[in-house]
Amino acid sequence: MSATLQTQTEARTMTGAEIVLQALKENGVEVIFGYPGGAVLPLYDALFQQNAIRHILVRHEQAAVHAAEGYARSTGKVGCVLVTSGPGATNAVTGLVDALLDSVPVVCLTGQVPTHLIGNDAFQEADTTGITRPATKHNYLVKDIGKLAATVHEAFYVARAGRPGPVVIDLPKDILIGKGTYQEAPQAPHRSYRPQTEPEAGAIREAVALLKGAKRPILYSGGGVINAGPEASRLLTEFVRMTGMPCTNTLMGLGACPASDPQFLGMLGMHGTYEANLAMHGCDVMLNIGARFDDRVTGRLNAFSPASKKIHADIDPSSINKNVPVDVAIVGDAGRVLQALIEAWKEDDAAQDKAALAAWWRQIDAWRAKQCLGYVQQGSIIKPQHAVRRLYEMTRELGRDTYITTEVGQHQMWAAQYFGFEKPNRWMTSGGLGTMGYGLPSAMGVQIAHPDALVIDIAGEASILMNIQEMGTLAQYRLPVKIFILNNEYMGMVRQWQELLHGSRYSESYSAALPDFVKLAESFHAHGIRVTRAEDLDAGIREMLAHPGPVIADIAVAKDENCFPMIPSGAAHNEMILGAGQSGGVAGVTDEGKVLV
Amino acid sequence: MPDPSDTTFRNATIAVLVENEAGILARVVGLFSGRGYNIESLTVAPVDEGRRLSRITIVTSGTDMVIEQIKAQLDRLVPVHKVADLTLEGPHLAREMMLIKVVGKGEHRSEALRLADAFRARVVDATTESLVFEMTGAGDKLDAFIALMRPIGLKEISRTGVVGIARGAGGLLA
Repeated sequence: MSATLQTQTEARTMTGAEIVLQALKENGVEVIFGYPGGAVLPLYDALFQQNAIRHILVRHEQAAVHAAEGYARSTGKVGCVLVTSGPGATNAVTGLVDALLDSVPVVCLTGQVPTHLIGNDAFQEADTTGITRPATKHNYLVKDIGKLAATVHEAFYVARAGRPGPVVIDLPKDILIGKGTYQEAPQAPHRSYRPQTEPEAGAIREAVALLKGAKRPILYSGGGVINAGPEASRLLTEFVRMTGMPCTNTLMGLGACPASDPQFLGMLGMHGTYEANLAMHGCDVMLNIGARFDDRVTGRLNAFSPASKKIHADIDPSSINKNVPVDVAIVGDAGRVLQALIEAWKEDDAAQDKAALAAWWRQIDAWRAKQCLGYVQQGSIIKPQHAVRRLYEMTRELGRDTYITTEVGQHQMWAAQYFGFEKPNRWMTSGGLGTMGYGLPSAMGVQIAHPDALVIDIAGEASILMNIQEMGTLAQYRLPVKIFILNNEYMGMVRQWQELLHGSRYSESYSAALPDFVKLAESFHAHGIRVTRAEDLDAGIREMLAHPGPVIADIAVAKDENCFPMIPSGAAHNEMILGAGQSGGVAGVTDEGKVLV
Repeated sequence: MPDPSDTTFRNATIAVLVENEAGILARVVGLFSGRGYNIESLTVAPVDEGRRLSRITIVTSGTDMVIEQIKAQLDRLVPVHKVADLTLEGPHLAREMMLIKVVGKGEHRSEALRLADAFRARVVDATTESLVFEMTGAGDKLDAFIALMRPIGLKEISRTGVVGIARGAGGLLA
């Protein structure tokens, strides 16, 4: 912070709105995604009179939160949101829960009716702290201007400390208008919230001893490694290479280990690779760093990796022993854990069983030889897998720094399977909550943070319509986001489950009355492309990538393609279905399995 | 490591030291209802001079794995200073207070007073046809007294729920 700002802050009293902006600046906020309304007018007035913080006007408050998530996940900074009271706050709730489940640091400022009207059912009043209590990591209602600056500082600390998450600050209008003095962020540690980041040496030594003695080890990492910063991903790759063990990433963890690394087995879980899931099932020592044994990953719990010793490193102690009991628990920041593991590995004198490791790799290579992601592109109908694969190959040839966001459904899984990520923070997807409509606003946030990068939202035709209004935001800020729609005229994942589990009764999953996406793009001042034949796919992608502004590329793909491999709900890792020819196996889904989502 | 195949339920008395701030009780109760945990009883009051800290005592039940989860989930709430499993961490005291109203005359009335004396319950209100006793003790002692009062003329009960503290010199904050 500059010296002039400091002297200003010490000297004069400010309005609540000015205090908020000053505190945002002190916490490094450069961009805020928001939508104005009555209760936040004082904040918008203060924003108008300064240039340090840029405001991006979205078209719906849900999109403001997703944009802040995209900004946060692609930069490692805290994303910031500003919405009004009542409907502004309730519209933001889906975004907040999305950020909660995916551990994304976001601070969301919500307007509130003046304190004397709280509880009166006033116009645009909602019990925002009540509604968002289970939707946030923490929330605040500021009723005393003397605590305003301190609350904002604390909110940023809470959003980023430990396991990151969304924080709401509810700001009554009289607090924003009232006068108070600014206080800088405290140097003292927080009174009660001090998450452990440094792992215990004993647990690290135990983990290394297990790993050194392993015959069939595997490393499974998740979003915690991404959240720990790019250095943690570098350390992860270093550890994978020095130990020679195979590595798999969760959906949230893609990019931590380079996709091109020969020791990388691809994503694991429900739509993970054959080799990753069978290696998880057959390993004798599993090291989980920053993942949470989510139900998409484990499949049937009592059949999950039955013969392995499990080591779990997580910054959130409540993630450990929640779903899967583990043998060694390590609480700490993923980067610090990896650093400690690398050091302990070097210090430990025990030799690895190289012969066993070589045999393990021969087994893994045999699984790999199944080519579980193989597909055949024949004729003019575009396979969605082929569309993603070509998009990946052509962007790689281009050599630009590329960021991918997705909506939710089949296209999301195909993107995870067929687009390779070499670096962390390049992959933004709604993993925990599975929010359709996440991809476009998230891509806006990424593009704001990285104006010169190539940002692509891989979408489905159903999901994209959930936040299509954000085309207006792209136009206003000239954000050259590319929207790559895999258009199969179905809510594809719903259709797939209906085919496999509900007798092909396609109840309400057909995307009827779709818009003309080319005209839709044009009406929002963007470029529209439609590709219907495989022979035109490359030209369409080339045109999209070459266009300097925002583009919707509407790619008509095979309507009935299913996303494989797949572990049917309620099944174990070694019961996965590889492809359509084998889908008779799904008939074996139990009633217990059908209950699961 | 808790054994996930162990499905035996146990009771746990958990003490939680929290910032005394708006919404903290809703946060704790919401955590229990949102994640499907049991609450047998819950008490809360400020416990320091400046009224900045409150102590919550929760009696809950579940498998070892669930109780470990409850403690971990409580501990990651931002305003929570300390979580202790009194049941697991050693000998502790657990007490409840009760106000119990008994209505009756004659023989019933003297029987109620005789039993109250045996249980060391205090008479805190009396009319010609009613008595209110105040009684403190472990939950099962209160239950036993209630069972005895039922045939005599039990009218109404108000119980605080359990408060607990560890025996010995140790405290919640080290």
